[in-house]
Amino acid sequence: MTNWIDIAALSDIPKRGGRVVKTTSGCIAVFRTQNDQVFALDDACPHKKGPLSEGIVHGNAVTCPLHNWVIDLETGSAKGADEGQVNTYQIKVENGRLLLDLNQLKTRSAA
Amino acid sequence: MPQKLVIIGAGMASGRMLEELFELSPQTYDVTLFGAEPHGNYNRIMLSPVLAGDKQFEDIITHDADWYKQHNVNCRFDEAIVKIDRRKKQVISQNGITDYDKLIIATGSASFFIPVQGKDLPGVIGFRDISDVDTMLKAAGKTNGKAVIIGGGLLGLEAAAALKARGMDVTVLHLMGHLMERQLDPAAGYLLQKELEKRGIRVVCKAHTSAILGKDRVEAVLLEDGALHPADIVVMAAGIMPETHPAVSAGLRVERGIWVNDQMQTSDQDIYALGECVEHDGIIYGLVAPLYDMAKVLARTLIEQQAAFIAPMVSTKLKVTGIDLFSAGEFGDEDSHEEVVLRDPARGIYKRLILRDNHIIGIVMYGDTTDSAWFFDKFKRGEDISDIRANLIHGPSMAGGNADPLAAVAAMPDSAEICGCNGVCKGTIISAIHNGANDLAAVRAQTKASASCGNCTGLVEQVLAVTLGDNFVVPAAKGMCSCTDLTHQDVRQIIKSRKLKSIAAVMQEAGWKTSCGCPSCRPALNYYLLCQWPLEYTDDAQSRFVNERNHANIQKDGTYSVLPRMWGGMTTPQELRAIADAAEKYNVPTIHVTGGQRIDLLGIQRDDLPSIWSDLNKAGLVSGHAYSKGLRTVKTCVGTDHCRFGTQDSTGLGIKLEKILWGSWTPHKVKLAVSGCPRNCAEATCKDLGVICVDSGYEVSVAGAAGMELKQTEALAKVATEQEVIDLSIAFIQLYRESAAYLDRPYKWVAQVGLQWVIEQIVDDIENRVALIERFEISQSVYRKDPWAEQTKPQYQSQKWAALADLTLEAAQ
Repeated sequence: MTNWIDIAALSDIPKRGGRVVKTTSGCIAVFRTQNDQVFALDDACPHKKGPLSEGIVHGNAVTCPLHNWVIDLETGSAKGADEGQVNTYQIKVENGRLLLDLNQLKTRSAA
Repeated sequence: MPQKLVIIGAGMASGRMLEELFELSPQTYDVTLFGAEPHGNYNRIMLSPVLAGDKQFEDIITHDADWYKQHNVNCRFDEAIVKIDRRKKQVISQNGITDYDKLIIATGSASFFIPVQGKDLPGVIGFRDISDVDTMLKAAGKTNGKAVIIGGGLLGLEAAAALKARGMDVTVLHLMGHLMERQLDPAAGYLLQKELEKRGIRVVCKAHTSAILGKDRVEAVLLEDGALHPADIVVMAAGIMPETHPAVSAGLRVERGIWVNDQMQTSDQDIYALGECVEHDGIIYGLVAPLYDMAKVLARTLIEQQAAFIAPMVSTKLKVTGIDLFSAGEFGDEDSHEEVVLRDPARGIYKRLILRDNHIIGIVMYGDTTDSAWFFDKFKRGEDISDIRANLIHGPSMAGGNADPLAAVAAMPDSAEICGCNGVCKGTIISAIHNGANDLAAVRAQTKASASCGNCTGLVEQVLAVTLGDNFVVPAAKGMCSCTDLTHQDVRQIIKSRKLKSIAAVMQEAGWKTSCGCPSCRPALNYYLLCQWPLEYTDDAQSRFVNERNHANIQKDGTYSVLPRMWGGMTTPQELRAIADAAEKYNVPTIHVTGGQRIDLLGIQRDDLPSIWSDLNKAGLVSGHAYSKGLRTVKTCVGTDHCRFGTQDSTGLGIKLEKILWGSWTPHKVKLAVSGCPRNCAEATCKDLGVICVDSGYEVSVAGAAGMELKQTEALAKVATEQEVIDLSIAFIQLYRESAAYLDRPYKWVAQVGLQWVIEQIVDDIENRVALIERFEISQSVYRKDPWAEQTKPQYQSQKWAALADLTLEAAQ
């Protein structure tokens, strides 16, 4: 079961940019691509916990600002030679608003 | 008794043939020479300089009356040929009949008049002989005379430049997409067009002439798109046509030109032909070198020596003062061709070698043709250039017998570290290669070697070359990144020339292979755009690396460092107190004094950045840009203020420099220092720009490094006043901003362009120095401001610094 909650407007995130949503169990990075696709991932690179929300967004990927690991926004997996994965969360855009699944967040904090 | 040799045509080809013949055997023939012009043989190639006024007609006469007399040549100039009677072996001319034993046809060529209405109007002329030049000069004598040249080839452009030099208003109409398309590729054609336009010549490419208009004489040229170009004269320079008339009427075999065999013999065994009127093996020649070859062959044939004409390799140079251009061979894009390209947009230099199987098959040079003979020699001799390929494009001075760089790499043990950033050793790279990584990108993906700072890229490529041998081809020119094959310099040039003013426009126009670039090209493009269009381009925060976007250096734990500027390394108790207060208020765990004479506060939470900046701003402190590809510090010593050895006010000069330069974005970081005496306490000789004060003035030196590489600065100039130091510093930094590739420190850039060039640009050329300073000031009118003050404005708080949403309460429920 999903429990969509409105977190912000799509336009609050710049194109090819990311911002964070604070939760009790750490930050979630929300990204908006050039084509207005949105993705939500843990804001911690699988390598050394770098804040992915501060990385450069290119295509459907973000490059971690600390050591240039490239993370696939759709899967949360590291691309290229690197190995690792971050959690991804369900997010969608409706009428220009960003909706995040709160239930999935709760599962995460319980885990 | 000598045989009778009759020659029709007294141009350069027959002239050279006569020289050869008289040299070999002065007595064999009695020579009669017919010429359509009133003059004997003159150097037609030099008509352009005569037109331009650089030479007089007298200067270009090859054979004067004395010469003909001395060689007993019966000259029949200004006399038209009526017909050739092959049966009687006679030439019938305007004034009589002349018998021949051997006849040579050397009638040359005529300008091709494009078949449009009005082509026969008075004032429409070709550009073949001295009378054409006289006609043009008469038109040029008029004030505000307008010339339209049809044809942007060699001849047309020479005429255009010459007429422009004579004060005419000149337009070149060219059918093809770029000038001199038979000799130049589009890039060189573009540079040429730019240079001509700079001289005030209008150039219209893809110009389809529809008609030439005028009542009694030419008045204008009309293009198919409706554009009208007023003209007092129209010069037809759209090509030449072999003059075959007498040969055709004599029934000789004529294709496009008069057919000849390898001995220059026509289809009649007693009639020969040479020059631009002939066709040999399907080819018509219009350049002088092959015509001279023909002359040599024919002279020997006439005295029954063995000789054969072999299609030569030809090259082209444009004879326009101040334009250096060279072209030879093939230069089309074909899959089997490889190429080596050197571009230096700032100097307007373009060199391109086209290679096939390690042989030069084509050469295009623009702007600097000094090495053309060297390249052309290798081209003609079909030399294998694989041994010198790495430095080939730099010419004989660089491509000489350098030691083999591969030998050094081959000798390294497997345990040798190649990539210092990622700790990758040679053995790891070699095993990746054996596992199929056969190019740089693949090695990078598998091992991360060269994936960080990139300094070891060359080494990694050499390991690839050693391991794979001939199967590895070192890429000739590296693209900026995997999104494009264009080099940094290519992209800068495109941004400038095509007036592209957004990242999206560059990616579109330059054919980016990715939708929105990558972390390596986006920051570079953002920099190139803001450097080129400081007033029009809006900085793209999303294309900035985190440090420049957040105006603070990110640390390994995601916290940031905050570093206020201390002008020239000077501070006050109030500033120190404000720093101490901020450090306490924000629980700064680490305070560090840097090598750049400032105080760094480390371990600051992202959320706290705007408020700590605001606090520091209140005490008059501004951003130190310790995070930027821009001006970092100007390190100083205390100079004459306190030091007993100080010779000048080094502190004051350092502060002045820093106040002028701060806030500017550059391709990579820039650090300066000013030392008050040669003891050099400010360590100025390892900076990007260093000043050493001496009794008599200031020694300015540049291109030092004290990072991954260690390098002493090189002397730029010694000057007497502070103002000169300031001017040179600004000009140096602006030149670096405008011409270096993104992420090249000044020392790397200077190594590429050469210190001598930098000196010419900013020390010798005062005008250019002033222009550079002006452009820097325009840019600084936008960027010389404190980003901290900007970033603490309320709109940044909601749009950038605050969290998008805070779910800590909801998730806790």
